[in-house]
Parts: sequence; structure tokens; C-alpha cells
Amino acid sequence: MLIFMVRRFGTMVLTMLVVSILVFLLLEINVESVATKVLGPYTSQEQRELWLEANGYYDPAVLRYLRWLGNFVIGDFGDSVRFKVPVSDVLWPRLGNTGILGGIALLIASIIGLTLGVIAGMREGGFRDRAVSVTAILTTSVPEFASAVFLSGVFVFYWPVLPGTSGMADGFDLAQLVLPVAVLVIYDWGYIARMTRASMAEVMMTHYIRTAVLKGLPYGQVIRRHALRNALIAPFTVIMLQINWLLSGVIVVEVAFAYKGFGSLLYEASLNQDIYLIEACAMVAVFVAVMTQTLADIGYTYLNPRIRFS
Amino acid sequence: MTDQAVSVPRRESPMLRVVKGLALIRESPVGMTGLAIIVFWVLVAIFAPLLAPFPPNQPGLPLQPAGGAALDGGIYWLGTDQLGRDTLSRIIYGSRQVLLYAPLATFCAYLVGIPMGLAAGYRRGLVDDILSFIANVILSFPVLVLYIIIIATIGASGINIVIAVTFASAPGVMRIVRGLVLDLRNREYVFAAETRGETPWRIMLVEILPNARGPLIVDACLRLGYVVITIGTLGFLGLGLPPPDPDWGKMVSELRQFAIVDPLLAVYPCIAISSLVLGFNLLADGLREVSLRD
Repeated sequence: MLIFMVRRFGTMVLTMLVVSILVFLLLEINVESVATKVLGPYTSQEQRELWLEANGYYDPAVLRYLRWLGNFVIGDFGDSVRFKVPVSDVLWPRLGNTGILGGIALLIASIIGLTLGVIAGMREGGFRDRAVSVTAILTTSVPEFASAVFLSGVFVFYWPVLPGTSGMADGFDLAQLVLPVAVLVIYDWGYIARMTRASMAEVMMTHYIRTAVLKGLPYGQVIRRHALRNALIAPFTVIMLQINWLLSGVIVVEVAFAYKGFGSLLYEASLNQDIYLIEACAMVAVFVAVMTQTLADIGYTYLNPRIRFS
Repeated sequence: MTDQAVSVPRRESPMLRVVKGLALIRESPVGMTGLAIIVFWVLVAIFAPLLAPFPPNQPGLPLQPAGGAALDGGIYWLGTDQLGRDTLSRIIYGSRQVLLYAPLATFCAYLVGIPMGLAAGYRRGLVDDILSFIANVILSFPVLVLYIIIIATIGASGINIVIAVTFASAPGVMRIVRGLVLDLRNREYVFAAETRGETPWRIMLVEILPNARGPLIVDACLRLGYVVITIGTLGFLGLGLPPPDPDWGKMVSELRQFAIVDPLLAVYPCIAISSLVLGFNLLADGLREVSLRD
């Protein structure tokens, strides 16, 4: 188990390194454009060259990459061009806000997805199964920005019970969190439900469930004691991997509702060509994604003894 | 009597078999519903100039509600945007953009992903390790983050969307193909072909790939639906196709700003894009159901 964990974390570090090279190549390899992005388009050629010279941009690319990486590892992401402050000053509070939004959304989506998935998978092909499957297809077909429009149309304009934006201008307000969370849940629950359903349906076909039923256990006990424990291993991984998708959805939702989170920060950064902020956001997003994947792998191995000991 | 030859059933052409397999979809009501929605939008896209009551970029009375009358006597069936352009006509013409770029981008992702998956699954060893690692790295990006970085670097245009989608989706295609190949490479017909001395690429493309088509077709449908969402989302974020040509996602983000005037205005393009995605997802579900049956 320990060797497995060490190897898994090794892969994670390697992945992050390659990702960092990719980000560096995409955004920093062309020094001219870096200068234009940082100093703005209305600077003279001389100003840009002086700036590049002063900041060591004429050094070899490998050296620049290593220096860049070194600064990144110790948490120095450079200064935001737009906000005129160190990137980390804007990044961390925003990331916290997104953590609240994404965490609540993931929790609710998991509860709904797991419950309905188990109900659907208990009797494959039955009415409940079809109903859950079709509903899941329906809701996952609606892009996040579309359900944002639908929901705010109903709850903000026709029946004005909820605020239409979630800027949190006057401090934290739970009501402003309802619509963004709802949009994320609508898009994400279906996937969890379908995976849970598949896993549950598979478990229901096994011999030990048949044995449990045949020896006369009450149906509820068969489900709770025998089926659920085995059926919920696979969805655990799915939920962890869902975090990667959630990070995408969060961008759309935060932009749509003007929520001051990590997603809208990355979006603003890309619109303003705020290069260091884009880099930091990208690296943090990938770090969160890779970290959850690693934890999902380790958790899955821990939960499933068949893998652990084979 | 004995000289009567046993009639050898004529071998159907492979293409015909694929078509016959796909025709089974008529046994699935869910799949047929999806197919009907897709056919509807394809027809709308083809006959856009005949169907659209107004040219898509022609200004008129701004922010009319659905059913409002135009100055020349026409009717804005779904209202107009802030420049007075007819929403219905823009939805109709917008279908052309989506139905051009989504299949094109998906096709390119398969064009890159299939050879990678075949090579990784069939050759195994170092090739597999390297390709799988590259795939893992790209897949570890949250997709939209990857799109935003790519589009922010190379700029927003139709071709750049295709490039970005190919880059981000090919690893996913590769993984699926690889998984299928790992299963198929131990079949008898592959051994037979190896014994005949066929070249590896011929075995991969002629023996293995056609037998992996079922799950790949289902995946392609799902992926198409997802690419439609992606293109819409990029348009919504203003990173999609450049103006003024109609783009469903961008229409939503523009009309949404005038929700205070009429919240329904932004709903129509949302329905358009959701229905098209739903079509692809239902078709994928139907195909999966049909393919599991036999």
C-alpha cells in the first residue's frame, strides 16, 4: 500500500511538471508577446526591450523555465497586470469562495446522484430505472449557461424570490448561493446517478445477492447490508473525478452569476491577457484536479480489497 | 441431388453491415426521438435561407418581444436582440455554425485519437506508456481551463475552436480505443492475421478497428453532444466565433443582459442548444441499448 501511494504521488509530481512545461510553452515562450501583455499594447519597442532585459527574459528558455518553476513552487506567482498586486493576494480568497460553491454543489449532487442511482439500479429496466435514466439524460443535456438562464428566468423574473447575481457585495448571503449551486447540481447529478446505477445493477446480478435473497433476508436488508457496500465503491471514484468537471462548470456559473470565485478570476484574467494570473490559475486548477485523481485512486484501492491484494 | 452446391451466403460489404447495424435504432423509441431531433436541426441548417424570415444580421426594431411586428410587415416570431436582429433567423442560421464545427471538431479528435489508441493498445510497452502519460497529462486539465488557455493564446476563431477541441478530446478517444484494443487484440482473427504476416497497421485498421466500432459510435454521439455544449459555452464566454455571424452561445450572453426587458428573449437560443445536445445524448442512449441487445 505504501509503495503504491509513493508511486502514485510520484506520477502526480511528474504530471504537474509536464503540465507546467506545457503552460510555460503556451504562455511564455514568445517573450515579445509576454512584454506586450504585461506592459500593454501602447508601449514602444524600446520600453518592452528594456523591461524584458531587466526581468531576465533574454536568458535561455530552459533557465527561464526553471526560475519560473522555482518561484511557483514557493508560491510566488508574480504580479497581476490588472489588479496591480501579487497574484497570490487575489488568487487565494477567490479559491476559497469557489471551494464553498463547489463543495456545496458537489455534496448535494452526490447525495441526489447516489440516492437516485441506487433506486434506479435496484431493479434494472424497471419504471424507476427508466424514469431516472431519462431525467438524467435530460438534465445533463442542458449546458450550464442555459440552465442559468432558465432558472433565473423563473426564480428572478417571474417569481422574484432569489437574487439574480451572486456578487456578495454586502457580505456572505446564502440566498445568492442557491442559483449557482442549483445550476451545478442540475448538470452534475446525472453523471453520478448513471455511474451509481450501473454499479448497483452489476452488484444486483451477483451470486451473493441472489444467495441473500434466496436465504430469505428482507429485501431492505439485502440492499443495505450486501448491495450498497459493494455498489458504492465505484461511485466514490466517479465523485472524486467529478471535481475536475466541476472546475469547468464553476467557470461558467461564476461568470453567469458574477460570483467572485476562482473561475471568474481565470475568465477575467484571460480576457485581460493577465498572463501571470492565467498561469497561476491554470496551475492551481490542474493541481486540484490531479490531487483529487490521486486521492480517488488511493481511496479506491483502500476501499476495494480485491485490487489491494491482487 | 448431391451435385447441388451448398449455397454460400454472399458476404455483405462491411459498409452495408454498419448501416444495417445502425438501422436497428428504429427499435428504440429513445434513440428514434434523438435521431428525429438531430435530423430536424440538420434540415434547418441546410434550408436556413428558405426558413429564416429575415437575414440573420439585418438590424430592425430592437428588443421586440416574441410575435412583435417588423416595420416591413414581417413578424419577429421569437423577438429581436438589442440591434433588432430577428432571433428566430439567427437561431436558424446559428444551427449551421454548430452543425459545421461540432462534427468537424469531433472528427478531428477521432482522427488523432484512434491511431494513438490503436498504437497504444496493440503495441503495448513503451509506446503505450508514453502515449498514456501524454493522455493523462492533457486529461488532468479541467477542460474549460484548457480551452480558455488555448483560445487566450491562439485567439478565437472557428478553426482555433476545432484545434482546441481536438487537442482536449483526442486523449479521451485514445483511452477508449486503447481499452477496446486491449480486449480485441487477443481474438482468433487477430492471431490469424498475424500468422498470415499482415503488417501491424493493417491488422489494427482492418482487423481490430472495425470490430471496435459499436462502442466508438456511441462514444462519438456523446462526444458530439458535449462538443456542442463546449462550443456554446465558449460562445457564451465570448471566446467563440467572431461576430457578427450568429452563434447560439453568444446570443444567450447578449440577450441575457436584457432579461429585465423580457427574460424570455434569452430562453429561445438556450432551448435550441439544449435540444440539439439532447438529440445526440438520446441517440447515444438508444444506440447503446440496441447494441447491448444482441
